[in-house]
Amino acid sequence: MDYVFQFGVVWREFDALLLGAWLTVRLSTLAMMLGMLVGVAGALATVSRWRVLRALARVYVEGIRNTPFLVQVLFVYLGLPSIGLRLRPDQAALLAMVINLGAYATEIVRAGVKAVPTGQLEAGTALGLSQWQLFRHVIWLPALRAIFPALGSQFILIMLASSVVSVISAEELTAVADTMVARNFRSFEIYVVVTGLYLAMCLAFQALFATISRALFARWGGA
Amino acid sequence: MVREFTINELWFLVLAARWTVLLSIIAFVGGGAGGLVIAIARVSRFRLLAQLAAAFIKVVQGTPLLMQLYLVYFGASLLRLTSDAWTAAALGFTLYASAFLGEIWRGCIQAVPREQWEAARALALGYRPQLRFVILPQAARIALPPTTGFLVQLLKGTSLASIIGFTELTRAAAIVNNATFRPLLVYGTVVGLYFILCWPLSLLSGHLERQLERAGARTITFQI
Repeated sequence: MDYVFQFGVVWREFDALLLGAWLTVRLSTLAMMLGMLVGVAGALATVSRWRVLRALARVYVEGIRNTPFLVQVLFVYLGLPSIGLRLRPDQAALLAMVINLGAYATEIVRAGVKAVPTGQLEAGTALGLSQWQLFRHVIWLPALRAIFPALGSQFILIMLASSVVSVISAEELTAVADTMVARNFRSFEIYVVVTGLYLAMCLAFQALFATISRALFARWGGA
Repeated sequence: MVREFTINELWFLVLAARWTVLLSIIAFVGGGAGGLVIAIARVSRFRLLAQLAAAFIKVVQGTPLLMQLYLVYFGASLLRLTSDAWTAAALGFTLYASAFLGEIWRGCIQAVPREQWEAARALALGYRPQLRFVILPQAARIALPPTTGFLVQLLKGTSLASIIGFTELTRAAAIVNNATFRPLLVYGTVVGLYFILCWPLSLLSGHLERQLERAGARTITFQI
């Protein structure tokens, strides 16, 4: 092999990559928060009294889970303008991520509520708790504890998957790297460093979630 | 000139789905072989081997699939191995599938009750026969539902091969879209085609899992 690796060009612009990493974290966090709202609404819809609503929630969840995220991104960015919804790349990326996350969050939230033993709900009802009190004192903490690990890994999954939105040039880490590659053609060196950055972000968030989980649930019988 | 989206364009997309399926099969076969090695290394008594396998899994699961494809694609051409998108995609997805299947199957091997190992040892079987005749057959049964579930993730993942220039379903969509300029119709069709490929597998995975649960076996789930 007669290729000479040149990581110097990468380190010179390392600040730009760090900024890209920050954009990725920001985009993923925003998508996660909005996606959770969709997930809670979706989970409510799956247990709704109206059959149509239940069916719609099913179609949404199955439709998203059985199609690639990349195609969802392209559908939102290229397809939706045909029906008058014209979005900037970063808006389209966020929308696609929220739609995608919403489906997975629906399943996670549903599993969490189901994880609360029926006996506890009955006990709460027997004590004369209202719906709200039941949620506040009986359901909420065990449900959160049950879904916390799944939510954490879902966040990391979407953070890694978000590198795909670089194809519509939304602003995040991979797109920043692509721009650098277009300028100095050091594709291998740049992507090695960027891969390392993603791995570091993944490990950091795993550690963060483990700490939060311990702090939140420790006095409540351990995580 | 702008082309119409006719039955011919639809047929072009359907035919392009063959490459999606073929790439998935190659990755699954290659990843199956690699995954078995990783899983066995992961439960090995040799600590260094187990740690290497764990590190490999951690790196693949902790980085974006797109970055892995880029590194294989650009790395292979630097090493003058190949600059062909086909080979790079096959290699990249094989590594990806090896790590995920390795981790899934490790879980399945460890889900086999300890007493089975002890019973096999009591029958004076060596380590390899223990694994080959007692543990792996039982682990395979537990592994069936999550493996089917991973197949769905792999099939969806192959859409990323379009970014390094491999012509499969997603790239075919871009080609048809550039000619017809009917993005909603083109990408709507492609969404439908992926769904037709993935949904039966998802249903099968769920069915197998319920069957295993009814049989009273321990189950491992893989989130799709």
